[in-house]
Amino acid sequence: MAFTLKKRSNLPGFGLALGYTVLYLSLIVLIPLAATFLKASSLSWQQFWHIAASPRAVASYRLTFGASLIGALINLVFGVLVAWVLVRYSFPGKRLFDSLVDLPFALPTAVAGIALTTIYAPNGWLGRPLASIGIKAAYSPLGVAIALTFIGLPFVVRSVQPVLEDMDKELEEAAASLGASRWQTFSRVVLPTILPAALAGFAMAFARAVGEYGSVVFISGNMPMRTEITPLLIITKLDQYDYAGATAIAVVMLVFSLALLLPINLLQKWSGSRNEKAAELVPEGIGTQGLEV
Amino acid sequence: MATATFTSGRLPAAQRVATAATGEPAVVRWTLIGVAVFFLALFIFLPLAIVFSQAFAKGIGVYWASLHTPEALSAIRLTLLAAGIAVPLNLMFGVAAAWVIGKFEFVGKSLLITLIDLPFSVSPVVSGLIYVLLFGLQGLLGPWLARHDLQIIFAVPGIVLATIFVTFPFVARELIPLLQAQGQEEEEAAIALGASGWQTFFRVSLPNIKWGLLYGVILCNARAMGEFVAVSVVSGHIRGRTNTMPLHVEILYNEYQFAAAFAVASLLALLALVTLLAKTIVEWRARRQLAESALWNGEAA
Repeated sequence: MAFTLKKRSNLPGFGLALGYTVLYLSLIVLIPLAATFLKASSLSWQQFWHIAASPRAVASYRLTFGASLIGALINLVFGVLVAWVLVRYSFPGKRLFDSLVDLPFALPTAVAGIALTTIYAPNGWLGRPLASIGIKAAYSPLGVAIALTFIGLPFVVRSVQPVLEDMDKELEEAAASLGASRWQTFSRVVLPTILPAALAGFAMAFARAVGEYGSVVFISGNMPMRTEITPLLIITKLDQYDYAGATAIAVVMLVFSLALLLPINLLQKWSGSRNEKAAELVPEGIGTQGLEV
Repeated sequence: MATATFTSGRLPAAQRVATAATGEPAVVRWTLIGVAVFFLALFIFLPLAIVFSQAFAKGIGVYWASLHTPEALSAIRLTLLAAGIAVPLNLMFGVAAAWVIGKFEFVGKSLLITLIDLPFSVSPVVSGLIYVLLFGLQGLLGPWLARHDLQIIFAVPGIVLATIFVTFPFVARELIPLLQAQGQEEEEAAIALGASGWQTFFRVSLPNIKWGLLYGVILCNARAMGEFVAVSVVSGHIRGRTNTMPLHVEILYNEYQFAAAFAVASLLALLALVTLLAKTIVEWRARRQLAESALWNGEAA
């Protein structure tokens, strides 16, 4: 039976490694996640709907998804630009900038949160000039969008960068020799090539932003109905020992993040297959075949 | 998700020399560079600068003192403990999972990959919540745990569990593509020459993936030490007992002890910078190893 489910291999360790993998995965991830859905199923549909569609919850969804979308869109535009600049141009400090792009991944979110709040607070380095022209940055939805832009920053850059690096100049040279202007070459040749990767990065930044808590909770001000994000609403309910309420909102978020997995995977596959096709067009020895990990 | 960005294995297609046909005019070029640098300065350098400037705003004496309070020291200890347990466990898991996925073909493989990535798609708030719902007093196992006088939630085991969950896929994600790309020939040769399974793994596979492994561990550790809300949900915020460094930062900040909050935060920011430095070095080494092996293969062929 076993050999029909698994291709024959001469390498040892399949049973042990698979058993350990599945056991650890079940204990840490699958059983606790299943318990959450089990707990949620103890609510009746009416109860669930009453909590999940309450005005306060809906206001929090609007803020969370809206600000995440704004942050991800900003990152889509600037991420492509940063990736382009880092791959195509050389300028002083480029290596430093390149390394620091990943800072939002590496910096603990609570640190990012208090740093951004201090910058954009009414007496902060940027908060004060913004306040003097009548813009309230911290403790407003704008502050939420700023924090969500920060934490999503590396996704588009890091997703587009390798595609640009592997892109062969021949395509652009061909376009130019056929009479395309530089802008036409960019919009008709370069942009379609990096589009799947850019969209994958956008979707990942969006998904990350929706679940984000630490960098937002300090800068948002946390006013119910106005600047309260959905993850904070879960925390608030937990602090009031309203486990059913917290679970209902958590299930909404879980379903949403699981639903986003599919388009992200598809975009990544699309991006991957497109690069392979592009690589096939280039004669042996010029491209990077055989060097890619 | 964070690790979808490991690009060390790539070499630029060609060193690019801008020509008139495929380059932009200097004005355009420098404008684009200017905008990119401004964007990164605004979102990357400014937050870093504010952390360190605020940390030392009241002088080095206050900085030093805020790191030496009993609460701060116990938070540092707990953070090190949680990472010290979570990282090795996820390392072992990562190697096992990558071995199975990278070296074998079996039914349900892509489902397994998706499930391993699951903790990255779950909001960290929910990551903490699931353990409360399982082990908390009102949770499924809560009454049983209470009868046996075991406490997981609002205690150190809960913090360790939440840390393991949020850092779960890091090592596996780094290693799977590496082991996949290497194929099986080298290992099969080792087995044919009489090596045992473990010998094959330690002498053949491991040296080939060591940089990726190290990189995964570095990322895993950074996230383990920096996780905030998942740990916050299960911690109960008992000062001196269940506070990690990020939670300690939050408490100090909410008490308007800004210099102290940023002093502890500066340690975490330093950790982030060390992580990025290590990542840069590892990428550089991996790239060199790759170039060398490519050269080697080229000669052999």
